Amino acid sequence: MKRRRSIAAAAGGGFLGLLLFLSGCKAIESLGDIGGQVGQATGVMTEEQAESLGRASKAVAKTFADITPEQEYYIGRAVSATVLNTYQPYDNPEANRYLNLLGQTMAQASDKPETFGGYHFLLLDSDEINAFAAPGGFIFISRGMIRLCRTEDDLAAVLAHEVGHVQNLHGLRAIKSGRLTSALTILAAEGAKSFGGKELAELTEVFEGSIGDITSTMMNSGYARSAEREADQSAVTIMKRVGYDPQGLVSMLKEMKKDLKPGGLDFAKTHPDPEDRIGDIEKEIGRHTPPAPPPARQERFERNLKGV
Amino acid sequence: MKKVVFAFALAAVLFAPAVPARADTLNVQVRSGKLREQPSFLGKIVAEVAYGDQLRILREQGEWRLGQAASGREGWIHVSALTDDEIVLTAGTGEVETGASSEELALAGKGFNAQIEEEYRAQNREIDFTWVDRMEEFIVSPEQMVGFLKMGQVNPPSGGVR
Repeated sequence: MKRRRSIAAAAGGGFLGLLLFLSGCKAIESLGDIGGQVGQATGVMTEEQAESLGRASKAVAKTFADITPEQEYYIGRAVSATVLNTYQPYDNPEANRYLNLLGQTMAQASDKPETFGGYHFLLLDSDEINAFAAPGGFIFISRGMIRLCRTEDDLAAVLAHEVGHVQNLHGLRAIKSGRLTSALTILAAEGAKSFGGKELAELTEVFEGSIGDITSTMMNSGYARSAEREADQSAVTIMKRVGYDPQGLVSMLKEMKKDLKPGGLDFAKTHPDPEDRIGDIEKEIGRHTPPAPPPARQERFERNLKGV
Repeated sequence: MKKVVFAFALAAVLFAPAVPARADTLNVQVRSGKLREQPSFLGKIVAEVAYGDQLRILREQGEWRLGQAASGREGWIHVSALTDDEIVLTAGTGEVETGASSEELALAGKGFNAQIEEEYRAQNREIDFTWVDRMEEFIVSPEQMVGFLKMGQVNPPSGGVR
């Protein structure tokens, strides 16, 4: 039974894969329903075929959304190790401790406070203006990005935006759906509790491919504009819940706008124009000049990140 | 008398709640789940529950569930730590498999796990996991979070940090 269902999924995956990628799982489930209904109504397909299409689209639509937190964690670890193969960590215990105090607090106020291994933050020793969020909650911020932050509220905005990427599974969504379909087929065909040599090799290949999909999206092509908007919206919500001024996000983007070089290899390459993002955010939170942060907050921000 | 008993029994079957019994229990899907005194992340941790542990759900409040562990300990836990998929730990290996009754096909349980990471690392020796392991040691407790917010005069609106 499992095998039969996985084959149906694989067949459906071909033409639904791209759409799944673009639209997310919910949309595809309904597309399967609509496709089935339309096909049936127009007499193009039998009731059985229509049902099969519905089932296949559902199975495929489930793929990335149903990666368990444990698997998301292992994907996140390998993506993180790959990021750290390109960027050196910035080994400054005081700064990393502060980053984790702030970041993990922000993460707890997100819609996905619990991940398999929890959220963890690390500074990268790079002058680039950059930040990455690997699945499961491994978040990286470059020294160049830290230098742009003038207040703790600014930094809270950057971290909340990255938490937004984790919460909304943007990394996992970058995995080509065909890969998940192959993994699904291997798993459905394999009954034993631990893998045999062939399945292990095949699944490791799918794993490696998935890591490649995510890192190349994160580090080279960037997420879709809609994903960035979604992460910004999550950031605004998180900031409000914790008690930071969401204007921090706007002021950060303004700083970025000043410093990013068009055609640059960092955030400029992987993110939409800050001006466009500011417009979207201000539609939601309005426009005001944030009050100066309390002196104690500003003092600890400067003290902990001194020298970064 | 027998008739009355039968009628009651029949009524009990016919009018039994439609919610299946498994909705009363949920399983921990994170490595270490925390049961807290209040439904808030600033709430004190009263007990920890392990991956795969089953919790009896006593009450709900927003995205929080009041769960009771097998030990009898009770506490609030966020829904993102829970699943209604059965999680079966395979003895001795630490490997995990979702229950056969689950209709989830996608990468069910056995997908990307420690075994796959080991194989991946063997094939990609230039990829170094040292700092990934070190990152995982950066852990902030709820008490530290409360202290951090207080010291920075960051005031969550009521119902803020959840």
